[in-house]
Amino acid sequence: MSNTNPLLDVSGLTKHFPIKGGFPIRRTVGAVQAVDGLDFQVAEGESLGLVGESGCGKSTTGRLITRLLEPTGGKITYRGQDITHADRKGLAPIRSEIQMIFQDPYASLNPRQTVGKIISGPMEINGINPEGGREKRVRELLEIVGLNPEHYNRFPHEFSGGQRQRIGVARALALEPKLIVADEPVSALDVSIQAQVVNLLQKVQRELGIAFVFIAHDLAVVRHFSQRVAVMYLGKIVEIADRDDLYDNPRHPYTRALLSAVPEATVDAEPRERIRLVGDVPSPINPPSGCRFRTRCWKATEKCATEAPPLVQAEGNKPGHLTACHYPETADTVPAPRLSKDPEAAA
Amino acid sequence: MSTPFLSLRDLKVHFSTEDGIVKAVDGLSFDLEKGKTLGIVGESGSGKSVTNMAILGLHDPRNTTMDGEILLEGKELISASESELEKLRGNKMSMIFQDALASLSPYHTIGAQIAETYRKHTGASKKEARARAIEMLRRVGIPQPDVRVDDYPHQFSGGMRQRAMIAMALVCDPELLIADEPTTALDVTVQAQIMDLLKDLQQEFGTAIIFITHDLGVIADIADDVLVMYGGRCVERGTKKQVLSAPEHPYTLGLLNSMPSLDGPVDVPLSPIPGSPPSLLNPPSGCRFHPRCAFAEKVTDGRCSSERPKLEVAEGRGSACHLTVEQKRELFSDYAATRHN
Repeated sequence: MSNTNPLLDVSGLTKHFPIKGGFPIRRTVGAVQAVDGLDFQVAEGESLGLVGESGCGKSTTGRLITRLLEPTGGKITYRGQDITHADRKGLAPIRSEIQMIFQDPYASLNPRQTVGKIISGPMEINGINPEGGREKRVRELLEIVGLNPEHYNRFPHEFSGGQRQRIGVARALALEPKLIVADEPVSALDVSIQAQVVNLLQKVQRELGIAFVFIAHDLAVVRHFSQRVAVMYLGKIVEIADRDDLYDNPRHPYTRALLSAVPEATVDAEPRERIRLVGDVPSPINPPSGCRFRTRCWKATEKCATEAPPLVQAEGNKPGHLTACHYPETADTVPAPRLSKDPEAAA
Repeated sequence: MSTPFLSLRDLKVHFSTEDGIVKAVDGLSFDLEKGKTLGIVGESGSGKSVTNMAILGLHDPRNTTMDGEILLEGKELISASESELEKLRGNKMSMIFQDALASLSPYHTIGAQIAETYRKHTGASKKEARARAIEMLRRVGIPQPDVRVDDYPHQFSGGMRQRAMIAMALVCDPELLIADEPTTALDVTVQAQIMDLLKDLQQEFGTAIIFITHDLGVIADIADDVLVMYGGRCVERGTKKQVLSAPEHPYTLGLLNSMPSLDGPVDVPLSPIPGSPPSLLNPPSGCRFHPRCAFAEKVTDGRCSSERPKLEVAEGRGSACHLTVEQKRELFSDYAATRHN
């Protein structure tokens, strides 16, 4: 993947949100280190899953890529062009190629606009007049996402949650983007509807060859959708690999713990023991020194507190499988995710 | 046979709204014994939360009509007065809600909120109640409970707030605990901690738990028995093993099939249930699932759309579907093949 030119190349990406305090002059007294030095690439037509728990910076990453937020440091390169600090004018041509799908289908559609207006909005803003007119194109898009083209003049409140999310997808597709950032696109939906939208996104991704950055906390959904997966913890990528490598052979202790914590709807299988992480995710205002996961890790040593582990291809990893850990898990112990580990003994 | 601890008989909860009558729960029956966990699964609007609010008597009587029976140790709750219910709530039965931040008062310390319940029901002194609050916080695994007891909710993390809620719900050693999506807002690693905690506490106190969730994975982890709700009715019930590994209702089957898993096949589309959940203002006739059901045409005479299927329960196992046992065996067999290879 790295030998060809990637569609999106992110290196050292950092976003610190300043915290203001004090009186009478409000000074910057600290920073929320939401994202702290991310490196990853997205190839054309590829889907990269970003997983992690709340507060790990995955949504911030999505907003940085789409340049809805200004990065504090690092570099974002889109098709060879540096867009890290591009201004409004510089971003204009790129904005139509990078689109976003949001989590909440209720908040992300204007209730006062008809579906036709919502979906043709991006075309209006960018002054695009497709052949046959915008209305024809909107009807096509509605058809692609599985809605009735006759519903062109309806308002969002007339649709269910799943249908609204389809409208959001149609809007994202309107400009024929090359990259879509989908931020938790299915987590607000009921299980039976969730599958409909996942299938739709997958169809769109495969048939139209659009690259996706798929942000989600649900590991099973990410596994289903993504070709490559990055696991984030407290503003850093702790592991990134091709899907099967990551799920079959997780090397980072956090990835293992995360996988083992997912409850699965099977009762036939051997009741699997689980890695139980103790405590909560530390505050990103004052993250632990060294490896940020060390406060909850059962393998942590002195070295973990002093030295931040680099994201590298650990011994025994397949090419492209990078792990940021001083003591990566080994594959031959127990296959994940049905692995076992006594958390008490470890803690 | 002795009387079950909690028993619902043909419960109906209807709300009158401007648009008409919403039949949120429409004929629901189940029993629950002490020390057992009943998992109630269903999508939004299936009536699972409404059922449990009804058990606690939390519906506004001005726009709610309730019918049927709710028996707690043989005592009828639907007709019970507000003062009788007040004695039971927080004492004999209590509830944990999904959103812990919204369910805790931001103006009172965690300790004061736990102590209040305890003092109300036991008449303990302030000092005793505070000691009890610290004890409860310790039990649910809050570090430094004697310090954190004076914290306000915003000083707690999401997982800790949910623990504090559990401490509050359990402060009077209730015999019935209703947990309404208690882990939905939490991350998986914290969710796992909370579920372990509930299991431990149940073992210690023999509490009966009703666990409401939309996540079948959570059900597989925590429940003894499962009740699947759709459109205000129970469509299937049985033990966890029966329901999850040999579902008898097309809706349950559809739910299981639509879930991506960590070890199932990839690169094949998921099999979603088509359509969306029904409106309870104007629910479909007959079986409420029939407009979305893949097998509705297999039943002759259009009975699925004309006749409400009965829920026949034998030894706690049953489903409400017109398909015959033979038909199900034939039609559902693909399911086992795709899921367990």
